[in-house]
Amino acid sequence: MQNDEIIRKINQLLIDEIEIEETQIHPAADLKKDLGIDSLDFVDLFVIVENNFGFKMKAEEMADVKSLQDFYSYIIKRINPN
Amino acid sequence: MGIYSVIGKNLTEVEDSLRQGRSGIIYDPLRKEMGFRSALTGMVERPQLKGVLDRRMRIGLPVQGEYAYISTLEALKHAGIEQSYLDAHEVGILFGNDSSAVPVVESVDILRQKKDTMMIGSGYIFQSMNSTVSMNLSVIFRLKGVNFTLSGACASGSHAIGIGYLLIRQGLQEMIICGGAQEINPESTASFDALNAFSIRESDPTRASRPFDRDRDGLVPSGGAATVIIESYESAIKRGATIFGEVIGYGFSSNGDHISMPNVDGPVRAMQKAIADAGIKSSEIDYINAHATSTPAGDKNEARSIDMVFGNSRPLVSSTKSMTGHEMWMGGASEVIYSTLMMNHGFVAPNINFDNPDEVTSLLNIASENTPHEINAFLSNSFGFGGTNSSLIVRKVQV
Repeated sequence: MQNDEIIRKINQLLIDEIEIEETQIHPAADLKKDLGIDSLDFVDLFVIVENNFGFKMKAEEMADVKSLQDFYSYIIKRINPN
Repeated sequence: MGIYSVIGKNLTEVEDSLRQGRSGIIYDPLRKEMGFRSALTGMVERPQLKGVLDRRMRIGLPVQGEYAYISTLEALKHAGIEQSYLDAHEVGILFGNDSSAVPVVESVDILRQKKDTMMIGSGYIFQSMNSTVSMNLSVIFRLKGVNFTLSGACASGSHAIGIGYLLIRQGLQEMIICGGAQEINPESTASFDALNAFSIRESDPTRASRPFDRDRDGLVPSGGAATVIIESYESAIKRGATIFGEVIGYGFSSNGDHISMPNVDGPVRAMQKAIADAGIKSSEIDYINAHATSTPAGDKNEARSIDMVFGNSRPLVSSTKSMTGHEMWMGGASEVIYSTLMMNHGFVAPNINFDNPDEVTSLLNIASENTPHEINAFLSNSFGFGGTNSSLIVRKVQV
């Protein structure tokens, strides 16, 4: 899967599953402060990622994921490690 | 008051159904496919809350929580209470609820399939606890007072109002959102169906629930939610609220007997305690909303109990479960609403399908048709497994 396709898919999942407004979505957005993703939403992101990208997120790997760009990078790295 | 029931999704629809003697019972083919002995059930459509509540509020709500959200919205509006009032005052919530089967089943199904608890997601825990309704509604409406759920089997909703009444009488709360909620789905009633307690009159669903009738053959499970906002008299006067009824008596007892077979003594003591608490004579009760679920033994024992307490005055009696089916955890609250509607509009709703009494139910003065009737005070009975009994007395407010 190409990186831009991964990003489009993440954005659409955030809109459809977490019900984030499309206008709020931009790479610099802080997941907690700007998008309102709290600890419970992170639990749902684990489910969403596994169901849609086929791998398990690890909580310890998410510690440095603060912005939406961080999240894109994390998912891309897991799908396209090279 | 607010109501979301199988005979109407608001007070206006419910009052019309009560007057018309309209049944909310259907045949559910899914239950037959699943192996139910009886496919009969009360049925109401699931509320659509997308766009009404945000995602976080929705995903913790099981179906009975959705019903309860709708009934509570109506109750707040009916009582003239806005969110700003809830924000500025210590308002509590006490709801009756005694199961939440579907989220329990679904979350365990996910675990068994995925073998990873992380795949369950964040919503199921808040849906699956018995306290799900009070838990969710207290967050949605930002309540700051007493906040818990009462699980007292099929008397849960009645006990919730009774305990709320006691807290207010003690001066510990000014206003409490009370009620009862009951999920409608096969998962929650399968083990109950296993007891052979449900009517199998499947060829005639609306005639299946027939409390006190000679040919009754079992109850019909049902559900929905009912919300009653109770407050101190001083609070109601201060707000300029319309008072639809005054809770004046709560009586409770335990049979100390069989887990599922009702007896006579326990309900008699609950009714007598409610009358004593109200400080009235039994002859001042103008109407009894019976618990009667349409089971052979339960209705017979309640008829004997009512006759022992009210044999001299013989007030009108009906079981609205003839129309609604058995609303279980919700029933004690919804039946206070049904009876209060009757009291405020001067009629007794019919005990439909009461064609012939048996040797015991003939002791009662049963309203088989919509009957114009002045009600100044009514008593509502709710009994449950384990022999838990609750009787509430409500009267017109005396200014």
